[in-house]
Amino acid sequence: MALEVKGIKVKIEGKEVLRGVSLEVKAGEVVALMGKNGSGKSTLAYCLMGHPKYIVSKDRGTAIRLDGLDITQKTPDERAKAGLFLALQYPVSIPGVSVREALLASLRSRGEKISALELKKRIEMEAEELSMSEELLKRSLNEGFSGGEKKKMEILQMRILAPKYAILDETDSGLDIDALKIVAEGASYMASKKKTGILVITHYQRLLSYLKPDRVLIMNLGKIAKEGGVELATELERTGYKQYE
Amino acid sequence: MSRFAKIVKLDQKAVKTLSESYQLGHHDEITYEYKSERGLTAKMVADLSSRKNEPEWMKELRLRAFGLYEMMPMPGWVPDMSGINWNEIYYYLAPTKGTSKTWEEVPDAIKKTFDKIGVPQAEREMLSGVKAQYDSEVIYGSLRKSLSAKGVVFLGMDDGLAKYPELVKEYFSRIVPLGDNKLAALNSAVWSGGSFIYVPKNVEVELPLQAYFRINAENAGQFERTLIIADEGSKVHYVEGCSAPAYSSGSLHAAVVEIIVKKGARVQYTTIQNWYKNVYNLVTKRAWVEEEGQMRWIDGNLGSRLTVKYPACILAGRKARGETLSIAMAGSGQHQDAGAKMIHLAPETTSQIISKSISKNGGRATYRGLVKINKGARGARSKVVCDALILDPRSRSDTYPTNIILENEVSLEHEATVSKVGEDQLFYLMSRGLPEHEAEAMIVNGFLEPIMKQIPLEYAVEMNRLVELEMEGSVG
Repeated sequence: MALEVKGIKVKIEGKEVLRGVSLEVKAGEVVALMGKNGSGKSTLAYCLMGHPKYIVSKDRGTAIRLDGLDITQKTPDERAKAGLFLALQYPVSIPGVSVREALLASLRSRGEKISALELKKRIEMEAEELSMSEELLKRSLNEGFSGGEKKKMEILQMRILAPKYAILDETDSGLDIDALKIVAEGASYMASKKKTGILVITHYQRLLSYLKPDRVLIMNLGKIAKEGGVELATELERTGYKQYE
Repeated sequence: MSRFAKIVKLDQKAVKTLSESYQLGHHDEITYEYKSERGLTAKMVADLSSRKNEPEWMKELRLRAFGLYEMMPMPGWVPDMSGINWNEIYYYLAPTKGTSKTWEEVPDAIKKTFDKIGVPQAEREMLSGVKAQYDSEVIYGSLRKSLSAKGVVFLGMDDGLAKYPELVKEYFSRIVPLGDNKLAALNSAVWSGGSFIYVPKNVEVELPLQAYFRINAENAGQFERTLIIADEGSKVHYVEGCSAPAYSSGSLHAAVVEIIVKKGARVQYTTIQNWYKNVYNLVTKRAWVEEEGQMRWIDGNLGSRLTVKYPACILAGRKARGETLSIAMAGSGQHQDAGAKMIHLAPETTSQIISKSISKNGGRATYRGLVKINKGARGARSKVVCDALILDPRSRSDTYPTNIILENEVSLEHEATVSKVGEDQLFYLMSRGLPEHEAEAMIVNGFLEPIMKQIPLEYAVEMNRLVELEMEGSVG
């Protein structure tokens, strides 16, 4: 039971941004992916979720597998149905669509029978856990939200959709310390209680003091440069990324 | 948005179900009592008037209008109408004799059509009155007793003329003159059916009055004429929904709607237009608004091959207000040329135009609007917002706003945005598990939401459903 990534290569405008990335996130495991700007972290996140802008080259042995199911050529909605979730670094706004409408359609499209009222209650409960104001739930999704509110809204959606594997793309950026704690606790709970495998992408070690990773991966120039335990993140804080260049 | 996988499969399905997706595209066999010859002559116009037992002045008015129709050129800006063969159109059809009063009296074949478009539901839901137009004659109508008791008149236009000839004579073609434009002249010459509404002083009609229109016979031109008079301090909401079954050759719909909003009265006129995609929908709608009166047009255009329609308000009295909320959706082979006109004649008049258009699959949506603030309209204010959403690179959107300001101390705001349904929005919703077409429909519905919430719930629901049906056929 794992999200397996094998030898992913991606070119953008002729430039190789991912140069053969392999990693694995097991069910219930928290894996931190660190690296400086431009190292390819976000590209990898998009690529795993199936954004059409990032085309994975079809080399022999290249694959993205979710609990054994090959999702390399699947559309984003099919990947979501298989149990993958991506909390975006910059969630877009959808004018005129509330989080409830979006989630109701998501849940129903994967065949869940949930009433609109039931969902409303669940959303309100999650919002309270995440200290989000109810007013945000009525607004258009992400429209006029602060950076922190957007990130919380991503976590809220993750918790309702209860994916098997979740990628958190710089969910910590733009969060104050209280929000950071809440978001980290929300994610930890998913990993420990729901056995969600979490790939957390971040620049800083800060988040990792609340969301304890089982392993840390360091990415540089489109490749995983080093893999280690949580001590790797602490060391990184001290020495910076230079040594991996 | 062909970069997501699976498109080819959906595309084939879309083509196959395109005609099925137009659920109202059925054709009932009906015996027509009278069918005029194709084409139009002065004699036919006179015959039409005689057969309807109209007063002499109406016959003369029709003939004068016919003269103008023959003389007048098409307006210069009107888009290509070469698909209309004017001599092939039946100008008058009458399915049954007279107007039936209760649902039971309505013939079965006609009932079936109404069943499909939901008239009985509306009846059951206790709407205040139902008028339904089948081709040219109003054949079914009922009016709640409470309304009659308040003196509210809600009749077919032909009945209105027969029962209230003085009222009709006073206002008919006062707001839209016979020679206003070629199509208004044509309508004035051959009009048949439509609604006549009179709301007495200080009477508020709480529930919307509604009518369904339908073109059934191939090449049947429908020239309904609606006249609404809202007396001082009164309030009324009229809802018109249109649908027409599927035919190959072009049909013409040229209606005229005239509304008189007297001092302090409030009128809302809601249209949901879903003509089949061979219909030319060329409509003149205009309201005259007196002191402190309010007129609001809600104009939804989903169907037709070509729609040319700019609901207008003439703000004639101090502090009169005009509003138009316009929605246009242009798909393959469609051109929606819609918008609004606001003419400020008096001081402190205010107006607002909100237009939202969607173009997809090579469709074209045009906003054409006029705000005119005349000399003497001091302190007038107007706001225009046009948002266009383009779903694919083959589709087109244009905005032609015209502002004529002849007075100082006025305020005019104009905002226009054009957006494309972004890959990022689609990706976002798809990453939450929504298939591409559902994600797209959700974005479109969200875009329309600010207008939808202004529409009475059951129409908003119907409209949403129509938008979704349109979107299902739009993938690729």
